[in-house]
Amino acid sequence: MRERSNLRLLILMVLVGSLVVTLLGRLYYLQVMTGETYRVAAANNTVREVVEPAVRGLILDQVGRPLVSNRTSLVVTVDRLALQRQADGGDGVIQRLSRILDIPAEKIADRLKTCGSEGAKPPPVCWNGSPYQPIPIARDIDAQVALSIMERRSDFAGTSARLEAIREYPAPFDVNAAHLLGYLGPVTEEQLDEQGGTTAWDRLRRTDTVGRSGLESYYDEELRGKPAVTTLAVDTAGRVTGTIDQRPPSPGNYLVSSIDARLQSVVEKELVAAVQRAQEQGYPGDSGAAVVIDVRNGRILAMASYPTYDPAIWVGGVTQKQYDRLVASDSLASNAMQGLFAPGSTYKVISTVAAGKDGFSLYGDYNCPRKLKLGTQTFRNYESAGYGRISLRRAIEVSCNTVFYGIADAMWERAGGDKATVSSPDPIASAARMFGLGEPTGIDLPEESAGRVASREFKIANWETKKDTWCRNAVEGYPETRKRDPKLADYFTALDKENCADGFRWREGDALNAAIGQGDTAVTPLQMAMVYAAIANGGTVYEPRLIKGIVSGDGAVVEEFRPVVKSTVKAPRSALRFLRESLPGVTTDGSARVPFAGFPLDAIPVASKTGSAQVTGSEVSTSWFAAYAPADKPRYAVVMMVTQGGTGSKTSGPGVRAIFEALFGVRGSDIDPRRSVLFEGRPQDALPRVRSDGTPVIPRSAGTGLPEARQE
Amino acid sequence: MTSLGRVVIPGEVPTVPGRRRGGYWRDLDWVLLIAVFALTILGSVLVWSASRADLASDSDPQSYLKRHLITVGVAIGLGFLASHLQYRWLQAWTPVLYGAAIVLLLIPFLPGLGTTISGARAWINVPGGFSLQPSEIAKVAVILMMAALLAERRDNETEPTSREILLAIGSAALPIGIILLQNDTGTVLILGAVAVALIAVAGAPTRWVVGLIGTAILGLLVAVQVGLLREYQIERLTSFINPAEDAGNSAYNANQARIAIGGGGLYGYGLFEGPQTQGNFVPVNESDFIFTVVGEELGFLGSALLILLLAVVLWRACVIAWRADDMYGRLVASGVVAWFSFQMFENVGMALGIMPITGIPLPFVSAGGTSMMSTYIAVGLLQTVRLHRASTLP
Repeated sequence: MRERSNLRLLILMVLVGSLVVTLLGRLYYLQVMTGETYRVAAANNTVREVVEPAVRGLILDQVGRPLVSNRTSLVVTVDRLALQRQADGGDGVIQRLSRILDIPAEKIADRLKTCGSEGAKPPPVCWNGSPYQPIPIARDIDAQVALSIMERRSDFAGTSARLEAIREYPAPFDVNAAHLLGYLGPVTEEQLDEQGGTTAWDRLRRTDTVGRSGLESYYDEELRGKPAVTTLAVDTAGRVTGTIDQRPPSPGNYLVSSIDARLQSVVEKELVAAVQRAQEQGYPGDSGAAVVIDVRNGRILAMASYPTYDPAIWVGGVTQKQYDRLVASDSLASNAMQGLFAPGSTYKVISTVAAGKDGFSLYGDYNCPRKLKLGTQTFRNYESAGYGRISLRRAIEVSCNTVFYGIADAMWERAGGDKATVSSPDPIASAARMFGLGEPTGIDLPEESAGRVASREFKIANWETKKDTWCRNAVEGYPETRKRDPKLADYFTALDKENCADGFRWREGDALNAAIGQGDTAVTPLQMAMVYAAIANGGTVYEPRLIKGIVSGDGAVVEEFRPVVKSTVKAPRSALRFLRESLPGVTTDGSARVPFAGFPLDAIPVASKTGSAQVTGSEVSTSWFAAYAPADKPRYAVVMMVTQGGTGSKTSGPGVRAIFEALFGVRGSDIDPRRSVLFEGRPQDALPRVRSDGTPVIPRSAGTGLPEARQE
Repeated sequence: MTSLGRVVIPGEVPTVPGRRRGGYWRDLDWVLLIAVFALTILGSVLVWSASRADLASDSDPQSYLKRHLITVGVAIGLGFLASHLQYRWLQAWTPVLYGAAIVLLLIPFLPGLGTTISGARAWINVPGGFSLQPSEIAKVAVILMMAALLAERRDNETEPTSREILLAIGSAALPIGIILLQNDTGTVLILGAVAVALIAVAGAPTRWVVGLIGTAILGLLVAVQVGLLREYQIERLTSFINPAEDAGNSAYNANQARIAIGGGGLYGYGLFEGPQTQGNFVPVNESDFIFTVVGEELGFLGSALLILLLAVVLWRACVIAWRADDMYGRLVASGVVAWFSFQMFENVGMALGIMPITGIPLPFVSAGGTSMMSTYIAVGLLQTVRLHRASTLP
């Protein structure tokens, strides 16, 4: 019996041995004897990807109202390479397209030229994408037209009509929010270069559309999702030999903004009203911005910029005329976070904190003369008003410049006057930096301006870059200007001579200007709003956020954003407390009294500061109004500004009041929280629910903000 | 290892006769272990190379490798435990293990718990992104169950009774039937080979062995005729015969695999350089088609080394079976030999175009957690058989 088993085991061993030998023999045959033919086959193997972009995610407001959504549109695209293969170079197809689509033939021809090629019109008329990519020439075409194009393939070589998801702006409550939302455009060469030679299936491709500004750009990857990609193996003859890979699409995620559409709409309207007030006073009032911050977490509840544009203008590409108008109107950049302006007297809160930190008595009395003479220069109060000896609190209330001049002058002397070095103390500049000025706030939008803090460092850096020009002008003496106006040329030459010699020096006048937010100081309205939010919340500088969470298209919460603390203001608590005690007085007894007359300040005290910043080269001051409320239990910080708009109190003040009225539900002197524009009277912390079919759930009482007919 | 003789190191304390000679660590079959570890290391490199191109641009290119190394670690641990098992304990628990394997095989049929990969409904979802393939556990269970049944109450001198043989066949047929329903054709073929080998080595009368082989061939033919095998199974099973002619997916796979291996030539394109591998032309090349990676990137030299390493494993397993001091140990070792050799032949053979395409991994080399674990447990069992003999030698 043992023998039988041994024999069987031996047979098994021989069998195993023969299997091994068989494999080795076959391997030798394939690799060594016939290997070369397979090398050729491998080289002939190519892949072709069939890509179907994922549906882009929506952008919702804080209660779930869509600010950006998608709709499908019939699009006609033309493959330029196919056109060029035509005997007539595609002219016939373009003529026929022109007739059927009712677009001038030249327009189609212009559209089909790649940007930068010969005879191409500047963007956006020329094609900004890849020459190998079908170029969309008409959107939202009639189904009948699409059908006839598809039926007459021979007449329309290289042309196709297909359904495409394109962006739509439902505009609840007629909000605009163009600068927040941003727009889409074809992927750029830089982006493609940046990702390098990756072959991952979810890489950016030439045919992709990506966010080019605003939230669309900042959260592009989240919104874009991942495309469906089928990778086909193709032989040299172009025949498909098999499917290598199939990846299902994953639709883009939804952004839930902290913006409230209804509030945003109010803020936008009030900003326009403020600009109109400026113009009614005879001022240019050429631009402006307004920001509403939740002081407890840095979330942006509304942010508006004037002038603005219709975000839908980008859908399907703008025409040359539209683009020219956009550029001419200066409406592309967001004044709220990209515009740099002298903050004027709203900056006095910084000087006050600096004074408190530098040992000046916050409760002492200071002289408020009508003006201060320094050498040849005279520094005045607004309308040259003098108040005699007053408390610092009163100086803030009436916005007395000369009190702050005095403080800044003393600081300047203490630091060593003209002999001070870069490292000499500058309490005002340090206080400004503590509040995050001079650097980006960290908002979740691209291309934010950093602003600048007037300081010795800045003067030196500025001199380094400009001294060559100054010194040359000092020698040449402005010969061109001299022909027309010798006096002006003399003035310019003298100025440049001085600048050339010691333009790096932090002069007394610089120090005085810095104390009241003028001179070299430049801030964005958003930065100023963050300063007042920090004062209101006791010294925490948050990174402002427009997005509070990300939800997937089927309703699952992907991410909830916690507030991010950027820094805390390292100033004596007493200085911040002093400001919180003093600023409400500005509204009750100071420079902001007029716009808030009749407002129920007893129930909702408002802390505020006006600013009317003088800007070189303009007769009319920049109107600023910064505030937070309720002053005793701060919740919202609001900043509004209008350039060349007049005083803060007259032009911007009423706008800020109207925004507070909307927030708290104030009508006249009557308060009813139910009238607040915010759902349930406060910003919602929870993310809105999204149904599994992708539609967001908007609380009934919050309202969709859309006309009845469009709610279907 | 008496045939090799023992090198007596000067100063070594002679072992006491009648007790275990060298202790656990010395008596392990180190040649077997070194070959297994070498295969595992080579396999990890191949898995890394094969998986790099599959991943999304923002994910870690080593993520697949890391998962693979985790399963290797767990597998080595399980193998170590298995090498410590005593026969008595093993035999006592075999019915429990067998029963558990059958239950696990049925779980993928429950809605929500199973996953279908390449047409085979043979995976159980496990939390943490891993999945369990119960048919791999069934291989171990069938070998242990059949060995226990065929070696029961017998010295080496009597042949197994018809009743024992029928019971053993039945114990293999039950899981084979379930796995057939899961469309896991490859595993069915391997289990069939294991069953025939065990019946044969157990010393069953020749008519049984011939009859069994005949039934298996007949069963395959009938299944194809009657359409028991679904269309894709037949396509997969037959496309290897004439791969260039049609461009169906199975033929495509066979064709691309052959282009990859053939293109490798004598020396290969070099690691991470294979155009077919990095271009993802070969499907599931981190698992079923991993041999195409070594073939293309390391050439004939690399792939022959891989096959020879597997041959070393099989040689050591055969020696363990041959030297086993009782029928139970011999059957366990023989079962492992049949399993490993047939699985290797099937997996490498399909990449080389001489075997039908089925979804089974290459032992110790392919990615695939359950397979890695079951093969390491099998190595542990081989060591148990070897240690058992060592402990009872005079």
